[in-house]
Amino acid sequence: MSGTHPHDAHAGSDADMALRTQALESLLIEKGLITTDVIDAVVRAYEQDIGPLNGAKVVARAWVDAAYRQRLLADGTAAVAELGFSGAQGADIVVLENTANVHNVVVCTLCSCYPWPVLGLPPAWYKSYAYRSRLVREPRTVLREFGLDLPESIEVRVWDSNSDIRYMVLPERPAGTEHLREDELVLLVTRDAMIGTAVVSANRV
Amino acid sequence: MNGIHDMGGMHGFGPVEREDDEPVFHRNWEGRVFAMRVVTPVPIPGGARNNIETMNPLHYLRSSYYEKWLHARVKGLIDSGVLTAEELQAREALYRDQPGTPVPRRDDPERVQAVLANLRTHRSPRRNVDAKPQFGLGDPVRVRNLHPPGHTRLPRYVRGKHGEVVRFYGFQDVQDAQPPGVVVEPQAVYAVRFAASELWGGAAEANSTVCIDMWESYLKPLEERSE
Repeated sequence: MSGTHPHDAHAGSDADMALRTQALESLLIEKGLITTDVIDAVVRAYEQDIGPLNGAKVVARAWVDAAYRQRLLADGTAAVAELGFSGAQGADIVVLENTANVHNVVVCTLCSCYPWPVLGLPPAWYKSYAYRSRLVREPRTVLREFGLDLPESIEVRVWDSNSDIRYMVLPERPAGTEHLREDELVLLVTRDAMIGTAVVSANRV
Repeated sequence: MNGIHDMGGMHGFGPVEREDDEPVFHRNWEGRVFAMRVVTPVPIPGGARNNIETMNPLHYLRSSYYEKWLHARVKGLIDSGVLTAEELQAREALYRDQPGTPVPRRDDPERVQAVLANLRTHRSPRRNVDAKPQFGLGDPVRVRNLHPPGHTRLPRYVRGKHGEVVRFYGFQDVQDAQPPGVVVEPQAVYAVRFAASELWGGAAEANSTVCIDMWESYLKPLEERSE
């Protein structure tokens, strides 16, 4: 694209976007609407602090503490706040429990809604047109592409995150982890297991 | 609106491509765009999502994720009078013609603390209203066949379909665009579960369901046939 018109119906190159971002940032700083250190701090917060390790701590706690698990399923927002996680895109968190009979998996067909306080920002594939279009129509096929082949005896329940509710999956605790401590369990829990495109394995490599 | 963003059920986008050890931001500018959208204290006329959904469909499909965010932010700032397109173009020209020109730097440590605290604050979408929900858990419902031209949270693939109320999420503000001057009261929001066969007919996969959140005005009792 020409790189000069914001309403141009062509996609820009990476260099164009970098240039426009630079121009926008400098104007907003001059106008006193933002400061450099605020932008730096927000980028750093989502790169370093607000990520799926938060959700993994929630899951591990729910696995070892039955009362916490109950509170988590009854009021996800309050229960994750107990561990210090709250905020933007997490004002109303609902936790979906996987069982021997039901496997939950989350998508946002209209955009990219995702529970930031517990999972951070979504991976590119969660925001991809392929995932957004396909998961509601052929969830088993999509899950097989992720390496998860679920038997037909298990209901696959897709949650389309179209309101201000933000969904997180509580995966099943894998067999063979009875001897592990909570902090060891945290290391087994993957981001994808909390979206529902994976299950937790006792042997995470 | 029946826009390109309403993708549930579409064919043609191929396999879901994943990346190992994916960074949070692939490019430096993406992080800046993300942070500017999150912290710039300017209300966007019509809403930021609306600015993405009203992109020309070809532009939407060809644009990367944060390119859409940048487009929506720039349009919103122009529409709200914070900056002009000419101003932005002139500044882009400056950085293009004189590479290495530094972006001005301004710091405000107190504001950093306030912004980070605000990011970790949650404002529940649930509203206390003196009203009763029309539907109860287990009720069979049918989604109304609505095609609003503005922003809506009702995707095409569930319109006209019947499902079952499985969760009640209290009363929440309606997010759909309204005509100028029209104010709507908060509505009951439910999760409604649909059998895959109801949505996709013979193409449905075995033993699968889709749950989606529905504001009450999207729904009617199953037995009520006419709109």
